[in-house]
Amino acid sequence: MGSEMYFGKEHEMVRRAVRDFVDKVINPRVDEWEEAEIAPLHELFKKMGDLGFLGIRYDPKYGGGGMDYWAETAFLEELARIHCGGIPMAIAVQTNMATPAIDEFGSEFLKEKYLAPAIAGDLVAAIAVTEPGAGSDVAALTTFAQKDGDHYVINGSKTYITNGTQADFLTLLARTSENPGYHSFSLFVVETKTPGFSVSRKLKKMGMRSSDTAELFFDNVRVPAENLIGAENEGFIQQMMQFQHERFTVLPFSYVAAKRIIEETIEHLKKRIVFGKPLITKQVLRHRLAEWLSDAEALKQLAYHIVRMKTARQDASKEISMGKLLAAQLMNKVTDGCLQMYGGLGFMEEMPISRAYRDSRLIAIGGGASEIMCEIIARLEGF
Amino acid sequence: MNIIVCIKQVPNVKEVKWDPDTGNLIRTGLPSIINVNDKNALEAALVLKEKHGGKVTVISMGPPQVEESLREALGMGVDEAVQLSDKAFAGADCWATSHTLALAVKKLSGADLVLLGVEAMDGNTAQVGPELAEALGLPILSYALSIDVDGKAVKVTQKLGDVVRVLEADLPAVITVEKEANEPRVAPMDCVLEACEKDVPVWKAETIGADEENCGLKGSPTRLRKIFSPKVTRGQVELFSGSLDEVAEKFVAKLKELYYL
Ligand SMILES: Cc1cc2nc3c(=O)[nH]c(=O)nc-3n(C[C@H](O)[C@H](O)[C@H](O)COP(=O)(O)OP(=O)(O)OC[C@H]3O[C@@H](n4cnc5c(N)ncnc54)[C@H](O)[C@@H]3O)c2cc1C
Repeated sequence: MGSEMYFGKEHEMVRRAVRDFVDKVINPRVDEWEEAEIAPLHELFKKMGDLGFLGIRYDPKYGGGGMDYWAETAFLEELARIHCGGIPMAIAVQTNMATPAIDEFGSEFLKEKYLAPAIAGDLVAAIAVTEPGAGSDVAALTTFAQKDGDHYVINGSKTYITNGTQADFLTLLARTSENPGYHSFSLFVVETKTPGFSVSRKLKKMGMRSSDTAELFFDNVRVPAENLIGAENEGFIQQMMQFQHERFTVLPFSYVAAKRIIEETIEHLKKRIVFGKPLITKQVLRHRLAEWLSDAEALKQLAYHIVRMKTARQDASKEISMGKLLAAQLMNKVTDGCLQMYGGLGFMEEMPISRAYRDSRLIAIGGGASEIMCEIIARLEGF
Repeated sequence: MNIIVCIKQVPNVKEVKWDPDTGNLIRTGLPSIINVNDKNALEAALVLKEKHGGKVTVISMGPPQVEESLREALGMGVDEAVQLSDKAFAGADCWATSHTLALAVKKLSGADLVLLGVEAMDGNTAQVGPELAEALGLPILSYALSIDVDGKAVKVTQKLGDVVRVLEADLPAVITVEKEANEPRVAPMDCVLEACEKDVPVWKAETIGADEENCGLKGSPTRLRKIFSPKVTRGQVELFSGSLDEVAEKFVAKLKELYYL
């Protein structure tokens, strides 16, 4: 409630359209995709692209909607109503993780060739940063892109790459210089049909099962020089900026999902009679639920504050890091606590709460672990 | 081809919450939606337009917030929307509603087809479509599963319980569309953005030349005495056996015994 103070009519219309799509096209198939441990992203993204959902904020010149951050937030809030974490994540990779750098720093050529078809849903994108030896410490990555005439030759490997088994292109961070420091990395668009690229393994996971995750291998992969995003050796900084778009998605995903999980739990507690009374009458449980709802509301307000900062073109890195940290804590607390309230039933695989519990565990790890968020906050606070 | 679709905004019953102490519906913050079945009418109109060309206009009578629903319809690809909002329209029953809608349809210079959903989720009378046809003096083709326009005639398959009939009428005509008729489309972003820009004129009683005596609560012959949940009573079941004649005789005797005859 009170959301009309932030969202205008056009945002509400975006919301309704996305909600309609989630209800009709996505939710009925989530169980099937979770079971298959993959979703048909080309089919799904084409449908979403045709409806204009994959480029809400992007330039209409490339097929985007040219709308603001509020519209994007309404879109993300509705994706959070999907009955799993894997599909929202797969979609957010396409819209908020692998394409913002092309939009912000990419050449006209890259925008025409990759951003426009990603917005249209004709190409599936992935973001390839993490390596077996470099996760939290991004600068430790060793995948190398060696300049060779009008090409770069890429060697190395990436792991835990979302959409990795299906992607048509990767937004990839590689080393382009042996020099220490942050000005030794570059971002590239790498087509997965390039010779030398291979998916070495599809990974099995405890949660986020409907999202496919891959280990990728690069053996002398020749990428045209024009596929460099922005300036050479500035990729690390560009990726840190791209991370802001990625991390922000976690906020709406979390406060909306948390609220939904709590509401479902309340419904269960109203019906479940223990010691002769519905469980919802137990004050210890009621208070816990009320506290979590308050946390979710506070997180939502932080998200809206961040949207206002971004709209005013202010740097919101600190607030986004705080938001991601809080979102992970909230979701771990809520899914663990609600599962507890369901008792043995909550432990059953078929229960939505057990899926939420498994899926939510990723938030404190992926896209920068909670400890890394704390490091960023501390650094930006100057200690 | 000119098509007018009449839609109703209703509370989203899926999201209704009840106050545990008073048992009353919590109305604040209750979101409104386009009556689900009316979306089938919108979809049918858009499909007909895609096939035969022309224009789709959507109208809705209700409080100022029906504008939201009209814009949602525009977002699906409807060309124009007209809002019927006036205090005089408040509290209308089926008769007053169809009377008002009929005046609006006339003000729009009529149409080849007027489409409605079969019934609204909140009232479930299924009367407004047929009464609108009556008020306009047009044929009614109700419970339509499919609609085919061929030249100056329209053919409809009608769902009547387990029976499906084929009805045909000359245009113009009024059709009420069934839930099973189609799968309403998701609003594409380009139409949504256009819909935000479009003008939605608000027509009042005087705009459509309505006499206030025939509108809203004043114009409604229906008098609502009381709303209540029916008590579930478990009746006693008595089974009669024997030949058909014997059973009939026993049944009549029983009715007499209970003073029903
Ligand atoms: C399902 C899934 C999907 C993913 N998708 C992608 C993707 O699409 N693209 C991509 O590039 N990556 C992806 N990742 C990788 C993800 O971003 C990394 O797992 C994450 O950054 C953590 O890196 P790591 O796993 O190497 O953990 P490590 O770096 O080994 O860290 C292990 C743990 O140590 C702690 N830690 C780390 N640093 C510090 C510190 N400075 N102080 C205190 N504690 C610390 C944290 O608790 C951390 O969780 C995905 C991961 C998963 C599980």
